[in-house]
Amino acid sequence: MIRTIDIEKSFGENHVLKGITTEFHDGKPNLIIGASGAGKTVLLKLLIGLFTPTSGQVFYDDTNIFELNKKELRQIRMKIGMLFQGNALFDSLTVGENIRFPMDMFTRRTAKEKQMRVDECLEMVNMEGINDRYPSEVSGGMQKRVGIARAMVLEPKYLFCDEPNSGLDPQTSILIDELICELTNRNNITTVINTHDMNSVMGIGDNILLMKHGHVAWRGDKSQVLESDNETLEDFIFASPFLQRLREDALKLRNRERG
Amino acid sequence: MLINTFLYHFGQYVLLLKSAVAKPERFSMYYKETIRQMDAIGVGSVFIVILISMFIGMVTAVQFADQLGDSFVPTYYIGYIVRDITIIEMAPTITCLVLAGKVGSNLAAEIGGMRQKEHIDAMEIMGVNTAAYLIMPKLVAAVFVIPLLVAISAFVSIIGGYVATVLPGSLSHTEYVLGLRSYFVPRYVFMMFVKASVFAFLLTSVSCYLGYYVKGGSIELGEASTNAVVVSNVLILLFDFIIALLLT
Ligand SMILES: Nc1ncnc2c1ncn2[C@@H]1O[C@H](COP(=O)(O)OP(=O)(O)O)[C@@H](O)[C@H]1O
Ligand SMILES: [Mg+2]
Repeated sequence: MIRTIDIEKSFGENHVLKGITTEFHDGKPNLIIGASGAGKTVLLKLLIGLFTPTSGQVFYDDTNIFELNKKELRQIRMKIGMLFQGNALFDSLTVGENIRFPMDMFTRRTAKEKQMRVDECLEMVNMEGINDRYPSEVSGGMQKRVGIARAMVLEPKYLFCDEPNSGLDPQTSILIDELICELTNRNNITTVINTHDMNSVMGIGDNILLMKHGHVAWRGDKSQVLESDNETLEDFIFASPFLQRLREDALKLRNRERG
Repeated sequence: MLINTFLYHFGQYVLLLKSAVAKPERFSMYYKETIRQMDAIGVGSVFIVILISMFIGMVTAVQFADQLGDSFVPTYYIGYIVRDITIIEMAPTITCLVLAGKVGSNLAAEIGGMRQKEHIDAMEIMGVNTAAYLIMPKLVAAVFVIPLLVAISAFVSIIGGYVATVLPGSLSHTEYVLGLRSYFVPRYVFMMFVKASVFAFLLTSVSCYLGYYVKGGSIELGEASTNAVVVSNVLILLFDFIIALLLT
């Protein structure tokens, strides 16, 4: 479990995070949602120690990561996998070499064992057979999958995904969500996903944190989304008139069913 | 204001170098990267270094021959002067100025690109000490290979001097070689290697530093790459002077 306590973060005059206190649970996807510029990426990078907060704490189970020295922080990071918004695949390495990189760096496995694990990971994300291609030679959706495979290669306890759906068509993006969800459940990982994709919210939103201007505006799960009368949530989720109408219809239907 | 900026960068530079000196996570990865850099920096620059050194030697010889003119200085001094100017000054300094343009800009752009594409963040998250992994192999490679390039440069320049004076007939083979063998001071060769190592360290570390902390987009990346060349060049000349003061 990851807990944050009263996180504040400013970049100079720009006060980006304003007192974030929340929890991210084991074994299920935790979503951070909110409009662009709400501070989602900053919060995510703060959770993994790429930024330090102006004040506040981040606990991994009982460890406050901002009290660790660099070496201890690296120990924790070996248990972290991260999927970046732009994938951050190393473009001079092939797909297979990308996935192998963490093993090359941190394990003493033989070349054969490494290749077996690479194949396993590629299979896990349904991408067998692209081992020798370069990231620039495969599609955006495939790159995401490779990114996930690389994040999973050392069997992390924590998985962070920054906008895993950005730039993907709705179908691919649902497949990616399902993949992340499945991996999370199967391996009991603490997964934090940062998104503004509606389908993700309604599909895999087991623990949702809505951010607005650096505040926590709402917390809940997908079953509570439709019923909530939180204004920020409504503004965010039902931004388009089309969705607004769908929601009204759904609520009407439910009220009728209930009698 | 200027002094603030200078101190800020100097401090950050020293801290970066400090974290770059660390025990490798996996020695074989660092070794592989070092070899790759040696190939890129060394083998990749041999041709340009030879070309430039040839001309340096030729120009030095021809101009010195002209200055001697009908003076009482014996003509074999041409070989002597070419040798010493090359070893003490031309080979280390010009080679490293050129390498700052070629290697320095390249390193800054490579590391800066990795920063912008979040490759560095990705490695950090894996638990890699990126300062060490991205900088140490480059430093080791450069400090090892660039002095070798400088030695090649000195050698080729001396041949250049020969080509420009002996072949057209303005000096005999015997005279040039006599010059080369006169008044040899071994300490100058030592000085050449000191300069080469120091310049190599400067141009590599400064370029890596500027790339490592690049922000923004392609304009900033271009600026970082240009700054790497400009700052390296200024530092090379400054330290050229300092070393000259210390070692003469
Ligand atoms: N490295 C940074 N330096 C300064 N300001 C930043 C930095 N990263 C993000 N910000 C600011 O933080 C705010 C939130 O950004 P971000 O977390 O990326 O939003 P999003 O919710 O779209 O991911 C923005 O106003 C942005 O300008
Ligand atoms: Mg973002």
